[in-house]
Amino acid sequence: MSEAVEQPSPDSPGFRRALKKLASRLPLHTVIVIVVLLWMTPAFGLLISSFRPPSEIASTGWWTAFQTPFKFTLDNYRTVLAQNRMGQSFLNSLIISVPSTVIPILVAGFAAFAFAWMKFPGRDFLFIFVVALLVVPIQMTLIPVLRLLADVRLVGTFPGIWLAHTAYGLPFAIFLLRNFFAALPRELLESAYLDGASNLRIFFRLIFPLSVPAIASLTIFQFLWVWNDLLVALVYLQDPSKSPMTVTINNLVSSFGTQWQLLTAAAFISMMLPLALFFALQRYFVEGITAGAIKG
Amino acid sequence: MPRLLTKLLESNRQRAGRPSPRSLVAWLWLLPALAFIAVFLIYPVVDTFRISFMNADSTAYIGIGNYVHVFTSRATQDALLNNVLWLSFFTLLAVGLGVVLAVLTGRVRYESLAKAAIFIPMAISFVAAGVIWKFVYAYSPEGFSQIGLINATGTSMGLPPVAWLVQQQIAYTGQVLPTPLHTNNFALILVGVWMWTGFAMVILSASLKGIPVEIIEAARVDGASEWQVFWRILLPMLSPTIAVVATTLIIQALKNFDIVWVMTAGNFNTDVVATLMYKQMFNFRHFGQAGALAVILLLAMIPVMLINVRRFRA
Repeated sequence: MSEAVEQPSPDSPGFRRALKKLASRLPLHTVIVIVVLLWMTPAFGLLISSFRPPSEIASTGWWTAFQTPFKFTLDNYRTVLAQNRMGQSFLNSLIISVPSTVIPILVAGFAAFAFAWMKFPGRDFLFIFVVALLVVPIQMTLIPVLRLLADVRLVGTFPGIWLAHTAYGLPFAIFLLRNFFAALPRELLESAYLDGASNLRIFFRLIFPLSVPAIASLTIFQFLWVWNDLLVALVYLQDPSKSPMTVTINNLVSSFGTQWQLLTAAAFISMMLPLALFFALQRYFVEGITAGAIKG
Repeated sequence: MPRLLTKLLESNRQRAGRPSPRSLVAWLWLLPALAFIAVFLIYPVVDTFRISFMNADSTAYIGIGNYVHVFTSRATQDALLNNVLWLSFFTLLAVGLGVVLAVLTGRVRYESLAKAAIFIPMAISFVAAGVIWKFVYAYSPEGFSQIGLINATGTSMGLPPVAWLVQQQIAYTGQVLPTPLHTNNFALILVGVWMWTGFAMVILSASLKGIPVEIIEAARVDGASEWQVFWRILLPMLSPTIAVVATTLIIQALKNFDIVWVMTAGNFNTDVVATLMYKQMFNFRHFGQAGALAVILLLAMIPVMLINVRRFRA
């Protein structure tokens, strides 16, 4: 703090003007702060409750937890991870989500490359047709795909759900990547062709590195879509030992509906990774999620 | 999206002179994607249409019987009405709040922080959101300690506790309104609004920033009040974006499954088409009925998409 700087005195006109401006903007700030608090409170209550002993959760509201003596515990997390398959489910969610993100993006990348940079009859029509499939609700595919997977004994297996998620993710991924690829500088690719580079080389050494922003957004969107999915896992993965967290939590809700110590801890475990992604990669995150919302 | 599409196709046509490999190579690159799409999207859509005209285990064709049942049985009628409630109130509330919050947050210095707080629910699963809100709505009978935020607030003001996810008559007044105007439906819709308002806000906020400042300044110089600026300038200029956001939300409302499944499992008259379809598949083992419900979902979504495309062409 420098003493030389003139402190605005309460009577100076500048201070009064600032005060007046603040007063006129006070309703705006109040509304925004109230909305933000309202939006955060439900999740905050869950987080606090997940650290409270079961007897406390069941008898008093979470907002009373800030009165002394503090009673916080990690037992809920220990219990739910060990006894309610949440540890295994976390792993299952990863085992499901990682291939279900990598495979569709790779496959979509190949197709997007062809759509953006190769000439073949019916290209524009085919591209519009693929994008139009965005409108198909997953429900429209459940019965035939379930029967198909049953025929090849892939119901209740990880490869079965990888295949389904790959297909469901393709229309949007192709749409997004083709748009990005087509906007890349043409001269760059032409000179690579003239240098005699193969398509594969151009794809992996040139297109992919140049498309990192689009691929990052797409990866986050597809990963979270699969991580947060309930319906596809419920239908195709009918094996409790392979359930992702969404299915396990759903089962906990229906069998231990009032055991809040389990439910709150379980829900928070499932939220940790998405929240970490949000805070670490906010820009790609918002881009990916908002672009992907058009997915049918 | 469609405008983007046509623009990109045009830019592609201009590129016709570039060196191009033979088309056989192109098909090779497309092959994996097309195989997945054919097996897991196109064939199933066609097959679901077929199944919807067949009996429970798809062994015999029964004509339009499944569709007749869908539109005449009480359970499916209610589910359809619930979906109508979802797509109207969910869309209206999320878009309305999204517009207001986009305009308001754009005027403060902590804009990105405020927007992040409202956008965060988009990151988590509907399942986690369901648990969060089940806890907010938690209910204990009168005289017992209320651990749910809403009932604790209500009882502290002398109001009776309400079983928000069970009760169908309007809270506190006890008024009985016709299906689907039930308290528990609105309680579920609110969870959807909590999750999706951030989406509407972010998209609308980006579009708002695209409106030239000069236009707004000119209106202010001409003596327009902030209210008039909002209704006469911002809202009309945002309307194409509002249409896109609204159609996206309508499609989400139509497909809505998770929130209802986790929070009420469709009990107490909260079923929507997607939850009913799941029950037809796994509880009643009637694939014909399930197929018909899926077809209805698809048919309801197509006009929404077409409206959007037409808006952009106009």
